[in-house]
Amino acid sequence: MSQTFQRGPVTGTAVKKRSRRKPFLVDYYSTAVGKKYVMAITGIIGVAFIIGHMVGNLKAYLGVIEHNGEQVYDIDVYGEFLRELLVPILPHGYALWGLRLLLIGAVVLHLHAAWSLTMLNRNARPVKYQGARDYQIANFASRTMRWSGVLVLVFIAWHLADLTWGWLNPGFEYGAIYRNLDASLSRIPVAALYIAANIALGIHLFHGVWSLFQSMGWNNPRFNRWRKGIATGIAAAVVVGNVSFPIMTLAGVISFQPLS
Amino acid sequence: MTNTLKDLTLKVWRQDGPNTSGSFETHTIEEISDEASFLEMIDILNERLIEDGKEAIVFDHDCREGICGTCSLMINGQAHGPERGTATCQLHMRKFSSGDTIVIEPWRASAFPIIRDLMVDRSSFDRIVESGGYITAATGGAPDANLIPVPKPVSDAAMDAAQCIGCGACVAACPNGAANLFTAAKITHLNLLPQGQAERYSRAEDMVETMDSYFGSCTNHGECEAACPKEISIDVIALMNADYRKAKVQNRKQLSRT
Repeated sequence: MSQTFQRGPVTGTAVKKRSRRKPFLVDYYSTAVGKKYVMAITGIIGVAFIIGHMVGNLKAYLGVIEHNGEQVYDIDVYGEFLRELLVPILPHGYALWGLRLLLIGAVVLHLHAAWSLTMLNRNARPVKYQGARDYQIANFASRTMRWSGVLVLVFIAWHLADLTWGWLNPGFEYGAIYRNLDASLSRIPVAALYIAANIALGIHLFHGVWSLFQSMGWNNPRFNRWRKGIATGIAAAVVVGNVSFPIMTLAGVISFQPLS
Repeated sequence: MTNTLKDLTLKVWRQDGPNTSGSFETHTIEEISDEASFLEMIDILNERLIEDGKEAIVFDHDCREGICGTCSLMINGQAHGPERGTATCQLHMRKFSSGDTIVIEPWRASAFPIIRDLMVDRSSFDRIVESGGYITAATGGAPDANLIPVPKPVSDAAMDAAQCIGCGACVAACPNGAANLFTAAKITHLNLLPQGQAERYSRAEDMVETMDSYFGSCTNHGECEAACPKEISIDVIALMNADYRKAKVQNRKQLSRT
């Protein structure tokens, strides 16, 4: 229960000697406000991916279509389209890998910023309040960002092992998205995991999307009242869209039949 | 109509110094008028403690009219207690009822070390303000009033931010121990006005980075706004973030010319 008073550097415009050896982005990232910008920007990349991923997956409901004179599942065609993105400017699969690297980079930065800000915050209050806190505004979502974030991260690992690499998917077939989806989500515990993880994702987005407006300095009386609405809308759309897949698979709406 | 509250239990944090460990001490208030302010209630308790030959509870207070920002108590887990938009000094016992247990703690943050009991050292706030430096002003005779035109909405917004009394409730209430609301208010009340433009970006960069060396980071809970006795909106935090971003680019550009 002891505290030591450590004083930080005293700076002042008139007397401050500036050392500018660090590159701009590194310098910017070294402050908490800079890290929050990185959290927000990588968050935007993540939200854009999540919405695109959810909308793309809705193609599972389109079932079988005729493509180049063959009966195929629409979502399988969509999967192949993603690999063919920007062909012939780029070779097959390159554009997709570019997007994947962007996402991986965003996730790594998001995690690093979250980790270092959490440590900073811990150090900012080494001795906790000994009585119970009575929070006025902070809600469940804002107070559980770290937990919902960790849950989503663990789920992403499982999700990749299940539907990208196929390690956890019975009889996984590369490129047969509709089949793999059905094989995975017709297992009740797996469906429950997907539902739970997407609710955690929704909670994370509910605070995250609102929060990014503040972190990015996007504050304007003209649109301030929309910020919470946008966050709620995005969170709700993602949860409803993504949770529908396990439910509809269990209900038999998404059901794989081998096509001749 | 004056009522009398009976049998209040106070759990007050007692700590001898910054580097010693503290603990709660329990006191009973048998009777107190509901017209007494919270600080008067502690005064009465302190007189009793002194009469009994015990050490009085040390707490910060000065103007007792909500404008100096000296009082600072965490009351039942809320900075400045349950009354919204006031400092502890303007909290009255009528907000409590007979038989209540009231937990009183000091602000807790590594940048606010406890001096004794409920009194904390908030000079880290002074370091932030110092680092903001001066504003350029013409010397000589006093300028005519209204020589510099300021639009009414702008002056209103600047004055809203300028209401900050630097009490530290924002840091105390923040789950992360961040001082973003304080720093943002201090940056905003100058950065919105024409008089503050010359040093706008050096001020934003210096103050944010000084804040950074003491405090936690903002996760947009909004607890600071709820605790603020002057009800300063977290809108100023977004303004500070935007100014910090622009400052980093502007200052770098200007410095590269020197």
